[in-house]
Amino acid sequence: MLSRTASNLFWLSRSIERMDYVARLLDVAQRMSVLANPNSLNEWHSALIAAGCETPFFELHERSDEAAVLHYLIRDRRNPSSIMSCLVQARNNARAVRAALTLDVWEAINGAYLESREFDEETFSSDNFSTFVDWVKRQALLFNGAYSNTLLRTENFNFLRLGTFLERADNTARILDVKYHVLLPSFEQVGGSLDYYQWAAILRSVSARRSYHVLYKGRVVPWQVVEMLILRPEMPRSLRSCYEQVLENLDVLAQRHGGRAGEAHRLAGEMHARLRYSRIDDIFQRGLHEFLTDTIDRTGVIGEEIQKFYLG
Amino acid sequence: MFDEMHGLDASCRPAYAVVEDWLSRTPPEFLARKEREAEALFRKIGITFAVYTEGGDPERLIPFDIIPRVLDAGEWDLLASGLEQRVKALNRFVQDMYHGREIIRAGTVPERLIEGNPCFERKMVGVDVPAGVYNHIAGIDMVRTGPDEFYVLEDNCRTPSGVSYMLENREVMMRLFPDLFARQAIQPVSHYPEELLATLQSVAPPNCPGDPVVALLTPGFYNSAYYEHSFLADEMGVELVEGQDLVVQNGVVMMRTTEGPKRVDVIYRRIDDAFLDPLAFNPDSALGVPGLFEAYCQGNVTLANAVGSGICDDKAIYTYVPDMVRFYLGETPILNNVPTWRCAEADDLAYVLDHMAELVIKAVHGSGGYGMLVGPHASKADIEEFRAKLKAKPHDYIAQPTLALSTCPTFVANGVAPRHVDLRPFVLLGGDAVRIAPGGLTRVALKDGSLVVNSSQGGGTKDTWVLAPAAQTQSQSQSQWQAPRQPVAEG
Repeated sequence: MLSRTASNLFWLSRSIERMDYVARLLDVAQRMSVLANPNSLNEWHSALIAAGCETPFFELHERSDEAAVLHYLIRDRRNPSSIMSCLVQARNNARAVRAALTLDVWEAINGAYLESREFDEETFSSDNFSTFVDWVKRQALLFNGAYSNTLLRTENFNFLRLGTFLERADNTARILDVKYHVLLPSFEQVGGSLDYYQWAAILRSVSARRSYHVLYKGRVVPWQVVEMLILRPEMPRSLRSCYEQVLENLDVLAQRHGGRAGEAHRLAGEMHARLRYSRIDDIFQRGLHEFLTDTIDRTGVIGEEIQKFYLG
Repeated sequence: MFDEMHGLDASCRPAYAVVEDWLSRTPPEFLARKEREAEALFRKIGITFAVYTEGGDPERLIPFDIIPRVLDAGEWDLLASGLEQRVKALNRFVQDMYHGREIIRAGTVPERLIEGNPCFERKMVGVDVPAGVYNHIAGIDMVRTGPDEFYVLEDNCRTPSGVSYMLENREVMMRLFPDLFARQAIQPVSHYPEELLATLQSVAPPNCPGDPVVALLTPGFYNSAYYEHSFLADEMGVELVEGQDLVVQNGVVMMRTTEGPKRVDVIYRRIDDAFLDPLAFNPDSALGVPGLFEAYCQGNVTLANAVGSGICDDKAIYTYVPDMVRFYLGETPILNNVPTWRCAEADDLAYVLDHMAELVIKAVHGSGGYGMLVGPHASKADIEEFRAKLKAKPHDYIAQPTLALSTCPTFVANGVAPRHVDLRPFVLLGGDAVRIAPGGLTRVALKDGSLVVNSSQGGGTKDTWVLAPAAQTQSQSQSQWQAPRQPVAEG
């Protein structure tokens, strides 16, 4: 297939996944800020870091207060990762390859775009913040469901899947890292109640609170949350699950192309093996933040290799 | 005024027997319901008509009239043989213009028409194209004024569009009115994409290594005809490429695919000459492919239509097409031109200047109704302004009488009423055969009395039926299409 078509599909599903992630990230930040002392800027600042937007944000704003961060991450078109930028980007990608999509997929994207106008600046307030977050999550679910259920299993599908899961791996690593950036106030203890609520907020943001209790049957403890989101194969957002999908789709592409494979295949395989055979104790011992940063970097490199090999 | 259903009186012409019977027994409410259904179908099948225009405004669907336009087999056969003859002559003319220019040396066509023609491409002089074919796809606009009076209004050899409407209109009609199709044999058109592909494959370049790989080159989804581009690419099963998807390596055109570069042999291009290759033509073109023209000249790729074939679209050239038929083919022209005054000639100019209020005056290089004066509808001031332009540059204009275009029954707000129509048949000229889809695109002026069929000015489209020959059973007519005709000219 044409590289341009593949590229549009890859970035289409990445944009939708990122849109979903930013909404979830804001949800965590909001929940954490409610728990913290009212003047704290900490949670909103951490959301910027986790969205990878810290530097460009502070080029435009002095303080990371709630209103400024919400605006920047939701609708500022100068921010390519804002929810609205992602949605517009996704729609442009979809429009460029309309013939490669089913009607259901197109309608999921176009419908989201048309409905998004209801959340304009005037009508948006902190009152309907959670309505908005839910709406964004629903649009992403609709898109993922539409393409999973209706698209032919051809290369088109593989490139959409690659986009979804590579972006999701990146996002899972980033959302876990929020906890590193939200420092506990000095009077609080690790393992104290605030610490607990922060971890719980992360679980909730990835729709995994119930799943946690199914898997661990006990109270929320940090190392288990981390294990669940990094190593557990049952958890569909875990890094391991994401990489399983990335690897599988790269393998299918290689098969389709008579064995033609590149650096992306090797790196994804290496990453997958690491996730499959790592132990959570070792990850904590070597430093969770370091592990996550390394994962984000490697995921970035794999993205670039896919770009070079298939999409250039 | 000639009505295609009723003729000149109120009788019913045989071709319309079924349609008339159907209309006489169908209440307007039923037609109105079917019209709404048709619109819903178009939105569904062709949802992309609206999608590619920002905002998805449903108003942007081109209106579709649910009453078909009917031609009988005899009428069509005559048209088809005339179209074949005309397109072959035009092709020979283009070839001649880039080679020996015999028709000019014979004094039949004046040289200035070529030298002053903006579509003439000097770089094509002496270049040989595969199978000698220049006008692979031509859209010939026809009008009718009487039972046997068909006229060619203009020739479109650059990148004629509209064929997707021809195909979609038929699709929708067959879904809405299966009974009508069961009651008589109508020649099918849905093979057009296959015939187009066969035409393109028949002109593979001399250096093509194997089965030719065909691609359709589009300017992209901002282009108003993008829907048609993606529709045709889909139907043919070929890649729809943009300039950025192609790259020329060692004189060979390659498309960038997920499996690495892949050779392309034949390009059905839907972008104009000027934008094809920034190295050869407009250097600012971001739509084109650097090096494409060089690859073309080396015989590594075929472009359809050929570069420089747009010279035929010139309205001064048009006036010489019957002469071309006689000169190149030694035949008598089957299709007539509209009688035309060439303002470049003194006697004609004098006549035109005296009769401006009755005539349609057209700029020779214009298209789509631009640079045109419609005498009967123009104000005194418009005419005087145009007179000055005409006197300053008479070479740039031709004039024609305002024709009494035929009408067809059309479903409008207050029921079924006659409306003026034209016809654009699509002619495919390959290295092996001439292929013509029976019928073409009928455009209809929906406003009462209007002669303007352009969709931008209240025009719509109709399905065009060509009845199968009387002796033929329906099953035969369904399985045959337009049988390939004899080979085209010398290469």
